[in-house]
Amino acid sequence: MRAALEIKNCKKTYKNGTPAINNISLSINEGDFFALLGPNGAGKTTLIGIIASLITPNSGSIKIFGEDLNTNPWFVKQKLGIMPQEVNFNIFQNSIQILENNAGLYGISAKEAKPEISKLLKRLNLWDKRYKTVRSLSGGYKRRLMLARALVHKPKLLLLDEPTAGVDVETRSETWDFIKEINENGTTVILTTHYLEEAESLCNQVAIINQGKMLQNSSMNELLQTLESESFILYLDKPIDIKPDLKNIDSKLLSATELEITIDKNVNISEAIILLAQQNITISSIKNKRNRLEELFIKLTQDNSR
Amino acid sequence: MHSHFKINSIAFISIVRKEIARFMRIWPQTMLPSVITTSLYFLIFGDFLGSRLGTIHDIKYMTYIAPGFIIMVIITNAYNNVASSFFSERFQSSHQEFVWSPISYHTMICGFIAGGILRGILTGFLVTMIALMYTKIHISHPITMIIITALTASLFAISGFINALFANRFDSIATIPNFVLTPLIYLGGVFYSIELLPPLWQSISLFNPILYIVNAFRYSMLGVADVPVATAMTAIFSINIILYTTCYMLVKKGVGVKE
Repeated sequence: MRAALEIKNCKKTYKNGTPAINNISLSINEGDFFALLGPNGAGKTTLIGIIASLITPNSGSIKIFGEDLNTNPWFVKQKLGIMPQEVNFNIFQNSIQILENNAGLYGISAKEAKPEISKLLKRLNLWDKRYKTVRSLSGGYKRRLMLARALVHKPKLLLLDEPTAGVDVETRSETWDFIKEINENGTTVILTTHYLEEAESLCNQVAIINQGKMLQNSSMNELLQTLESESFILYLDKPIDIKPDLKNIDSKLLSATELEITIDKNVNISEAIILLAQQNITISSIKNKRNRLEELFIKLTQDNSR
Repeated sequence: MHSHFKINSIAFISIVRKEIARFMRIWPQTMLPSVITTSLYFLIFGDFLGSRLGTIHDIKYMTYIAPGFIIMVIITNAYNNVASSFFSERFQSSHQEFVWSPISYHTMICGFIAGGILRGILTGFLVTMIALMYTKIHISHPITMIIITALTASLFAISGFINALFANRFDSIATIPNFVLTPLIYLGGVFYSIELLPPLWQSISLFNPILYIVNAFRYSMLGVADVPVATAMTAIFSINIILYTTCYMLVKKGVGVKE
């Protein structure tokens, strides 16, 4: 499978001396749904900025579908669709004007772009707002418009920097569904997000960076398999006073009806349930204390920060 | 995959259309002030004072100063359009669309410059129409007029773009027009012939680049000038080349557009 994006030995230190990216190398295959994760200030946006030509790296190379960004920007930039973290529209234009002008920057005339623009506006529920200036749109609509703008020229590689930051639950869910559909239709997607549960369910590849350094770069499955233990919250049918005996399974009574258990990856959760049943304790529901990716993310970034 | 030419030509048209839409949408801020100000000048120097001011080079004073007003309007409008429009894009970070798209930097710069030239010429045309209400203007050298108008508008549009690259707040795009352009224009022979000045001021005036522009434009309309017109046009053309090259190098280096 060919690489959609290859980053080699990329370094960036800002003029004020802040190191943002420290020798990062990364390869993302065509068709991947890739999560680029890291805490705030980890360097994710800088890396996206470098790929988008908005930030000049101090060293390193970027190749997109085999072509170098520096030597063949014309080819590379046509393949890229970018949705930055911060809203960056001309706020006095309306949605149609923004999408037409942006299509124009990719050599697509307003007339040629019209069907795609209509399709995107309808798909992203922006059709009714198409003549409203950007400044009159709410945050959620602005984000949807940024996504539409990134897609108007049908890119092969889509960079999404926190596409659902600050939007309501419904919009977030719709956005993820749409991005998933785009990926299934063959577009490689790279996204940064703080919603790790969604990243875990959507992405097949993951990289975690912190303080400009690569901590982890693997498939999502490989990463999740490294999780040595998992914590669950069990909600009990009836209140209990004393912590039950679960043999070698760690447990903590959070309240009379909430029991936290931590089980090793080679232990099955049904063992805990059987042990509780033997003590006449029944469970009404179970939830993960943290999702698995979140668990690993915290562990990796905390280890790195020490 | 689209060809370089197709992408850049459609992008150029797209930027120019956007620029025209912008200055037409906010015409009370962009074109109307120039029209009102020059109307007042024509009223004062034409109707109120004109008969007392005599002639310069045997030309009625009102007629003599009209070309200076017209080119002054072209200069300020071309400059302000590009400076405010591109700085506004930078302020909103929407200039990033140009940087991450496949268009060449020449296309981006030329698109904005074309917008500035068009606003300069359109406002200049409106002011000419007003001037014609006060005086008769006969165009002596139409080809020279077209060339000098285009070169002047482009020179100041490029200057406006460079200003916008370095500006970091809205004040910064008003500094050059207020403190550099306006004094140079007013001392550049818009209202008088430098022959009327004492020798020292005549010599000092020769260092003012606007003097050459005003006189070349006046020559194209009235056939009189205080400076050699061919030299003036060559100088204006050369400065255009120098400024455009500087502007392109700055953008290529990332000044004002990349981190």
